[in-house]
Amino acid sequence: MFDYCVDPQSLDGFYWWSCYLTTVKHISFYKSFLVVFALLGVTVPLILIFGFMGAVARQSKLYPIRLFGITYTSIVRGVPDIIFFLFVPIALDQGIEYFRHKIKCPDWTDPIRQGNDFVVCQLAKMPMGSTEQWIHETYGFFLAAFAFSIVFGAFAANTINGAINAIPQAQIETGVAYGMSRKQIFMRIQFPQMWAYALPGLSNLWMILIKATPLLFLLGVQDIVYWARELGGTKTARFTYPHEDWRLGYFIVLLVFYLLLSWLSEIFFDKLTLRVTRGQATLSGINNKNSGNRSS
Amino acid sequence: MTLTKLITGAALIAAFTSSAFADGHTIRMGTEGAYPPYNFVNDSGEVDGFEREVGDELCKRANLNCTWVINDWDSIIPNLVSGNYDTIIAGMSITSERDEVIDFTSEYFPPDPSTYVALAGASADVVNGVVAAQTSTIQAAYIASSSATVVEFATPEETVAAVRNGEADAVLADDAYLADIVNASNGELAFVGSPVAIGGGIGMGIRESDTELKATMNTAIASMKADGTLTKLIAKWFDGRSVEY
Amino acid sequence: MSCFQTLTDYGLRSIGLGVRGLPKADISLCDQIVLIGSGMIWNIYFAVIALFLGFFAATTIAFAKNSSVALFRIPSSIFIFLLRGSPLFIQFFIVYETFVLLPKVGIDLNLLITEITIETRWLTRAWLGALIVLFLNTTAYSAQIFYGAIQSIPIGDIEAAQSLGLTE
Repeated sequence: MFDYCVDPQSLDGFYWWSCYLTTVKHISFYKSFLVVFALLGVTVPLILIFGFMGAVARQSKLYPIRLFGITYTSIVRGVPDIIFFLFVPIALDQGIEYFRHKIKCPDWTDPIRQGNDFVVCQLAKMPMGSTEQWIHETYGFFLAAFAFSIVFGAFAANTINGAINAIPQAQIETGVAYGMSRKQIFMRIQFPQMWAYALPGLSNLWMILIKATPLLFLLGVQDIVYWARELGGTKTARFTYPHEDWRLGYFIVLLVFYLLLSWLSEIFFDKLTLRVTRGQATLSGINNKNSGNRSS
Repeated sequence: MTLTKLITGAALIAAFTSSAFADGHTIRMGTEGAYPPYNFVNDSGEVDGFEREVGDELCKRANLNCTWVINDWDSIIPNLVSGNYDTIIAGMSITSERDEVIDFTSEYFPPDPSTYVALAGASADVVNGVVAAQTSTIQAAYIASSSATVVEFATPEETVAAVRNGEADAVLADDAYLADIVNASNGELAFVGSPVAIGGGIGMGIRESDTELKATMNTAIASMKADGTLTKLIAKWFDGRSVEY
Repeated sequence: MSCFQTLTDYGLRSIGLGVRGLPKADISLCDQIVLIGSGMIWNIYFAVIALFLGFFAATTIAFAKNSSVALFRIPSSIFIFLLRGSPLFIQFFIVYETFVLLPKVGIDLNLLITEITIETRWLTRAWLGALIVLFLNTTAYSAQIFYGAIQSIPIGDIEAAQSLGLTE
């Protein structure tokens, strides 16, 4: 990056470090932190959507829909999340390729499952073999994000379901007394208030989600764990910047990153809870100095 | 209900999207990227090493467009079979066990003797002791069938680290890979025991159904051997080793 | 090969006993279940020991965090923050890398009937190294839960105990 980096062998101390930390590989390492944020950014809306759908399904009057909601939340909560993170992307990938295979290669006679291998015709590959590497990586990333959303959506569904049930029954009865339909009761009474009750559970889910992001590494995405392992390994003289086993140092950088993220998230959620519970007839609402509707 | 809708929708979109990318002979070369001097990722983030040069040259001679893909050693064969890339060019020795699952081209590198490396000065028992090796390599299979105990690791780097901290008495790997490491260790590591010749030469792995690509690559390899390019590349990357082809 | 035969051959595979070679062809459902399930011994081992030892350590750390003595309170708070705030995955990597870098030393332990050498290289072995990480992680989470529980004890109980002359 700098002019004096053309001959790293002659550099020492600060200059060597300034060149070492700005190689193309290191820039990829810094960019991979954005991959973590991208994952969080993509999954949070999906988690809320899946969670909301799951909670509504559990509240439904129709038995099949309610059964689906209960099954979805129970299975995903009962099985270790690593199993889902490994299963869902592979299953989705193979499922999509299977559909494309059936449509694009109707005259394929060989079985798709040959022993342990899953073989489809070249036209059915998703993404196609001729596409660029970044498309493959983005596709893999979205599969991983989808897997995260399914797992955490189930936890969110439980939380939101509990929040909907926590709204005082008296308010629902008042709504019925006023002649509101079920839909109106939901949109005007339950939906606006449930977020306050759901917030502690959802904030806890966010903290767990942060700590689950290294699992991207298991799914082959080039995230921060991948780069830390790659950059930290011993480099012999064949490389431009030889060094010993520095993996511990790189992983401590990752540790500090995650601790910072957890700490900032905690502060943010504390402030959010304060604001959302303003005026509620709960301990946090009364203790909140900014509350408006205190009875005493 | 929502899930199945989403998946069906995505699948339908994917199925009916016509392939906008023309299939213009682009070959994806899969490699490990952690085994210098055969293949490694240099500080500019590109695949580098003996196999990078051989692969680029083969593609030029076969008139193909080649992109390089990195894949962990553990899943390198399954991912070839399921089509994530089209060749394996990662210092993989030709063995009959691997030949049952994939096909190999003719060899582009002679069998590299495998050597033992241990801490300098320690009397390492390579016959009955604990020897480290990378999973699914010919060296791991060799140790498992001998009287020594094998300790397997996912990457070659970890096998050497195990020797350094005493978890294993010695490491068994290709001589070319270990030579660099012993030189860079400032006397901490040293060769012990005697070299063993395991496995056949190194060839490119290709799917069994891809007979056309295998034939093309074999022709290209033969032409590289005939005009001496391969010999020159081997001498360049392996400390002047001379091989007659 | 009958299912019972498979069980005797591969059941204890994960601790190194039994037939080493895997079945090459005709892998039945029984084979799949036994081979995958043979690893469960390790899951149970880690879960039981980490939880059991972690419970005692967690109680100690929870009381330390509740203490009025800063020397106990601050290190335990830092310990809990470090291990709860970082992913388990990263904790495994860091601890493993630290153990790998330790110099190879051995400490001789005289247990009267026998003498064993505890070597630092044992720490990189999964049965000890991973156990240490799981133990520390469980301790931190349980300590925070116990701390919360201690904090929510009604103050009246404490005052009553003090008035009865019970020491801290």
